Amino acid sequence: MSSPETATGHGEISTGAAGGDSNASATRITPGNALRPEDIALEVRTGLAKPTEDVAEYALRLGDDGLVLAQRLGHWISRGPELEEDVALGNIALDQLGHARSFLTYAGGAWDKSEDELAYFRREHEFRSGAIFEQPNGDFAATIARQFVVSYYQFELYRRLTQSSDATLAAIAAKAVKEVDYHRDHSAQWVLRLAGGTEESRTRMVQGLKQMWPYVAELFEDDELTTRLAESGAAVDPSSLRADFDRLTGEILAEAELEVPDVPAAPGGGRHGRHSEHLGYLLAEMQVLAREYPGASW
Amino acid sequence: MEANAQRDTVGQNADSQDADGQANFDRVIAEDSRIEPRDWMPDAYRKTLLRQISQHAHSEIIGMQPEANWISRAPSLKRKAILMAKVQDEAGHGLYLYSAAETLGQSRDKMMADLIAGKARYSSIFNYPARTWADMGAIGWLVDGAAICNQVPLCRASYGPYGRAMVRVCKEESFHQRQGFEILLELAHGTPEQKRMAQDAVNRWYAPALMMFGPPDDDSPNSRQSMAWNIKRFSNDELRSRFVGMMVEQVRVLGLTLPDSEIRFNEDTKRWEHGPLDWNEFHEVLAGRGPCNAQRLERRREAHDDGAWVREAAAAYAAKQSMKTKEQAA
Amino acid sequence: MTPHGNPEVPASSAAEINREAAKVSPAVSPGSATDRNAWGLWEVFVRSSRGLSHVHAGSLHAPDAAMALRNARDLYTRRNEGVSIWVVPADAIAASDPDSKGSFFESPQGKDYRHATYYTKSEGVKHL
Repeated sequence: MSSPETATGHGEISTGAAGGDSNASATRITPGNALRPEDIALEVRTGLAKPTEDVAEYALRLGDDGLVLAQRLGHWISRGPELEEDVALGNIALDQLGHARSFLTYAGGAWDKSEDELAYFRREHEFRSGAIFEQPNGDFAATIARQFVVSYYQFELYRRLTQSSDATLAAIAAKAVKEVDYHRDHSAQWVLRLAGGTEESRTRMVQGLKQMWPYVAELFEDDELTTRLAESGAAVDPSSLRADFDRLTGEILAEAELEVPDVPAAPGGGRHGRHSEHLGYLLAEMQVLAREYPGASW
Repeated sequence: MEANAQRDTVGQNADSQDADGQANFDRVIAEDSRIEPRDWMPDAYRKTLLRQISQHAHSEIIGMQPEANWISRAPSLKRKAILMAKVQDEAGHGLYLYSAAETLGQSRDKMMADLIAGKARYSSIFNYPARTWADMGAIGWLVDGAAICNQVPLCRASYGPYGRAMVRVCKEESFHQRQGFEILLELAHGTPEQKRMAQDAVNRWYAPALMMFGPPDDDSPNSRQSMAWNIKRFSNDELRSRFVGMMVEQVRVLGLTLPDSEIRFNEDTKRWEHGPLDWNEFHEVLAGRGPCNAQRLERRREAHDDGAWVREAAAAYAAKQSMKTKEQAA
Repeated sequence: MTPHGNPEVPASSAAEINREAAKVSPAVSPGSATDRNAWGLWEVFVRSSRGLSHVHAGSLHAPDAAMALRNARDLYTRRNEGVSIWVVPADAIAASDPDSKGSFFESPQGKDYRHATYYTKSEGVKHL
């Protein structure tokens, strides 16, 4: 985050309207100077950053997770339960999309592909996202349940990835972990409120968690790729995140007087391109325009 | 604080207080200073503002829909992020404006209920469909462009909370028009099909955008009073003419054309003139008979109704927590 | 909420009910009598950087203080506008009377001697 002093000049906007003491203004706006997808694209282009094949595969997983979730969350903008929540879910969607763009841009460095080539011109079985990310929004409780699982998982993951031996993964994670920390808070606040609100909201919250919990296990499965990356220090075993995830989500569930849903785990397979029935539709909608005009610039 | 604005001065000595209030109000307006929520103000002033600010807020909220329609299909991830941020900003702008309207003594719930019931107006342009991706460009460039033209002078509106809301809105919207312009610029320099798409969008949004400034001056009975109150600073036609002048310049940079062969600069009046606008269509759409009126209201109603249990749950939770805190204190 | 509620209620009554209800328990933000699930109004103050004071940024609706803070963060600091936020229930703010005669603020008028500029004879003396 840049200090306001250094930010002045490259981002300050003035309408020339009477706004009182500009130093005290609550409308002073700056773009900040955090890591952006464009910065990573530049590093990739200039050869400053180039992922190994394994790291690229891994970045593709994380990027797809964020992209698919952003696509889902974006649907809430203009449909939230209250306008304030439109804005809140919009911020979360934008954070996830930002992470996705960074990861995909980096991954593309291994195969000379742009974030858009990866997002719009891969087919369903080439996506590497986990099943939970593509689960339909359902009602607000289902969306919150999905956010609850995802944000607590991503927080544990990104927290550890800040120590990655791969500098770019570490940098992306360092930006993402702070944002995801807020997503945790947002979802936890809502889990508490829906569980402790009315009878109807409690029923819906319980149902939402039940809907999402079958897809929790997949997030913590190790495979050959993650094992190799964990050994090299570029990533961590997903299974090693589980204890912290269980403990921290457990604390919130206990406070909300909710049980961890007792539901069988779905078999997973998203990391290897085997998805639920939902992803095809999501991608069809997301990719339709780009594919109508292959090679076009937007 | 500001939302509690009520007619404080209306009491036992209503008449003399009204007279004092009116004198103070007149002085503030004459000095081009600002009226604040707890000040005495004429009923007509309050009503005019309430109508204008709530319509403005509704326009932001309904205006989210045509663009939200393309978030999921944005053709690049960068454009997706920009569009998401823009539509989200519009929710924010609606909120700033509802807050300003609330300071005049009407709750947001009431305003929302009126909107959903079809009793409130909003900018009729949002009742047109966003058919292609190029519409995201045309909406940003023309619709936001016209809105900004309208809004910049409103930053100096005599009602403090409205002016302050507009300052914030204008600062944030500076990117909205630019992103729309750049979408069109990209398309205009793309494939012939993309360029056709861009031109088609400009053709469809041009006239509705001009009509956003409201009816011609001689058919706009409320304008004069609004200007006397320093709510409006320029007449509808003045702003429209200024806007046309800007578009004439900008469309050249785009390499596109405006669908109006009668645009010319009148040397005598020093104003830009444009071809005739179909005000009959404007009134039809305003009266609810536009292509998307029903769809837009239904979507808003659905979101509002679907969210009822969530709002209720949060309120119930807050009440329970507050009870607990009190019990612990006791 | 009552989207299909009585639309004939006069313009100011909803807010008046709101205010009356809020007096009983402002922090619970009960909304109006007919809107048991309406969220209360909060005023938002944002500190744009360390060393500066919090400035009124606007208002928003939220069911409680915790959510009001979060909504304020989402709504009023999307562009790095702040490093600290206060939220206050709108009803908890006491305001001075905007009396047209301005007697509340009359006294300091004319007391020039409270300002350094009043003391002209010492002008030009160094370090004074």
